[in-house]
Amino acid sequence: MGVGSFFTSKLDEAIGWARKYSIFQYPFVTACCGMEYMAAACSHYDVDRFGAGLPRFSPRQADVLFVVGTISHKMAPVLKRIYDQMTEPKWVVAFGVCTCTGGFYDNYATVQGIDTIIPVDVYIPGCPPRPESVLDGLMKLQDKIAIQTQRF
Amino acid sequence: MSITPTRREFMLGEGSGTGSGGQNLHVGVGPAHPAMHGIIRIATELDGEYIRKADVEIGYLHRAFEKDCEVGGYNNAIPYTDRLNYVSPLINNFAYASAVEKLLGIEVTERCKFIRTAMSEISRICDHLTCVGASAMELGAFTVFLYMIKAREFLWELVEDVTGARLTISYGRVGGVKADLPDGFATKVGHAFKQTREVLDEVHRLLTGNRIFMDRMIGVGTLSREDTIAWGITGPLLRAAGVPYDVRRAQPHWAYDRVEFEVPTQKDGDNYSRYLVRMAEMEQAMRIAEQALERMPGGPVNVDFEGRPLDPASYVDQGKQGKTEGLLLVPIRLSPNLQGQSRGALQQVNAADKRVVLPPKENAYGSIEGLMNHFMLIMEGYGIRPPQGEAYFASEGANGELGFYVISDGSDRPYRVRCRPPCLPPVAALPKMIENEMVADLIPTFGSVNMIGGELDR
Amino acid sequence: MAVLDRLRERLGPAVVETHEHRGDATAVIERGALLETLQLCRDEPDLAFEVLMDLTAADYSRFPGREDGPRFEVVYHLYSITHNHRVRLKVRVDEDDAVVPSATGLWPIANWLEREVWDMFGVRFSDHPNLRRLLLYEEFVGHPLRKDYPINRRQPLIGPQT
Repeated sequence: MGVGSFFTSKLDEAIGWARKYSIFQYPFVTACCGMEYMAAACSHYDVDRFGAGLPRFSPRQADVLFVVGTISHKMAPVLKRIYDQMTEPKWVVAFGVCTCTGGFYDNYATVQGIDTIIPVDVYIPGCPPRPESVLDGLMKLQDKIAIQTQRF
Repeated sequence: MSITPTRREFMLGEGSGTGSGGQNLHVGVGPAHPAMHGIIRIATELDGEYIRKADVEIGYLHRAFEKDCEVGGYNNAIPYTDRLNYVSPLINNFAYASAVEKLLGIEVTERCKFIRTAMSEISRICDHLTCVGASAMELGAFTVFLYMIKAREFLWELVEDVTGARLTISYGRVGGVKADLPDGFATKVGHAFKQTREVLDEVHRLLTGNRIFMDRMIGVGTLSREDTIAWGITGPLLRAAGVPYDVRRAQPHWAYDRVEFEVPTQKDGDNYSRYLVRMAEMEQAMRIAEQALERMPGGPVNVDFEGRPLDPASYVDQGKQGKTEGLLLVPIRLSPNLQGQSRGALQQVNAADKRVVLPPKENAYGSIEGLMNHFMLIMEGYGIRPPQGEAYFASEGANGELGFYVISDGSDRPYRVRCRPPCLPPVAALPKMIENEMVADLIPTFGSVNMIGGELDR
Repeated sequence: MAVLDRLRERLGPAVVETHEHRGDATAVIERGALLETLQLCRDEPDLAFEVLMDLTAADYSRFPGREDGPRFEVVYHLYSITHNHRVRLKVRVDEDDAVVPSATGLWPIANWLEREVWDMFGVRFSDHPNLRRLLLYEEFVGHPLRKDYPINRRQPLIGPQT
């Protein structure tokens, strides 16, 4: 009845609120975007104020996979393995144009977008994206986390 | 098991005794690991905590730089060079542009040389800040990392003022640079350097005499002088081993022979010496940049024409309608985004060679010769065409000698562009640096090598 | 230039041609005399090229005027810290006989640089201790920096085959 779904939807919102403000990221940093990732994570453009300031360097302990920087075909199986090792619920952020579409590296070595290998939730374009774009992307990810039906 | 097993063998099983059974543990460090320097795989064979053998595997960031450079024109390769050593992109731009200029046989203007010197040094400081900050963070000194990234932000604001972007700037061009420096740059540099010096001071107080830092870095990752030379290692690692080789001193290019600076060296060749060399180099780099900005020739160009200044859109409109009489003499009010690209400014910082440098927009829209000149440089099949030949230009990158070897076949596309990566030799020598050291010593050693993935794997 | 004169004097006919385009002393050496030349460059006190700066190659099959000549040219850039001079040595090899003696015995860095040349061009180095690919994965077929390898022929390990 209406009353039951009211409670579950309020519970969903509460869990969504809790999850979106406690993001444990796994920064899969490969290339130049890593410098902007570092800039976004450090004191000037602080990402800690969004609750996302603790990078977990193990996929088992993380829930958001930030793929930062170009993925080459040699690295792609490693990325897939890391993604598979993460436990649900997990989200993926494609940081930088190389992960969104391959960037301007249309050649034999680069994966043309990581969404050919793993599902992506938020795309942050830019080469490299300014930290303001990163924060915008993070906020969109938070909206996405908050509104989805939470499974637990 | 032997007839009377030792206690260790009894507890752990066969072969885990004296090492004559030889069961070393294989531990792979990477390719995705938190040391945040890049992706690399170090397959180590451990005997307890000691690394007996290590095998380094690279290539996880191979992005086909050399093949991509052959696809477009000479200036097309500039964005690819940005992403080689992405912590000091200006040095890569200018080194590549200088290699092509050597092939063409042209000289850039004096002002351009001073600008290149000053901006390269700012980039070098950014690189060393990132390197020392990241290595300190891996040893547990997280505060140092935050302070150094804060200092790097001050420098990136300077870079953004000049080039328009923070990291991948594409500022160099064959024949010069994209635009002149903005007004008031020297004051901003003075302010930023003052803040950077304060940060460096704080870091010195936190790290240089710190017992824990010294214990972890002194005597670790040592490479003897002969080995360093035999492995082709240049840059801060070579200077930390006692050889005062610096390309800026040995083959002065740009304006390095007109500024005074020291080349810091140490004698031990271990991680602590490399740290000291990098810290001293940052101070010297600030000195060079300040001198270069002081001694720069030329300056703001005040044009003195008659006629009302036009805004750019009307200027272009008039040019397209053919109303070009006297148009060249009219000054344009440029938007702040294009600061430094007015005709007078652009001609101060680019070589006066029509076959190489794009004409300023006033000429391209205001006269037919300028338009034709622009066409001949942009259209496919035309463009910058150096005579057939090859040239190698070496500059001092933040990690060592950054060389570009360019072969031209006479057409508008480079036939072969080779980047000599300064961080390839230290990474190749890494197994030698860490053999018989402990696993925990691998991290600061790898940090002090300053491997930049974009440059290593190209 | 003093370096080129000394090389011509000591090696004689092994030096096929020399030039100094744009101030870079360059000498083309015959393959058979390569190791001797490199040893001479490193050990002779007047030359004293202690550092092997770079070891690379170029594919001349599309170079106007040299399409029919030897396909690959392996290039060595040497630098001397003592005398502060440089030299570029080149060896030309044909496509079907693309083997060059390895310089690993003289400079340990040649190990990786030669692996990269093998990876990108397919030029083999005899007596190399460990000649496998450096920058690409072992499953990759072909040598990408050759002129006949199209730039976007991808060989993905996982994902859609493009």
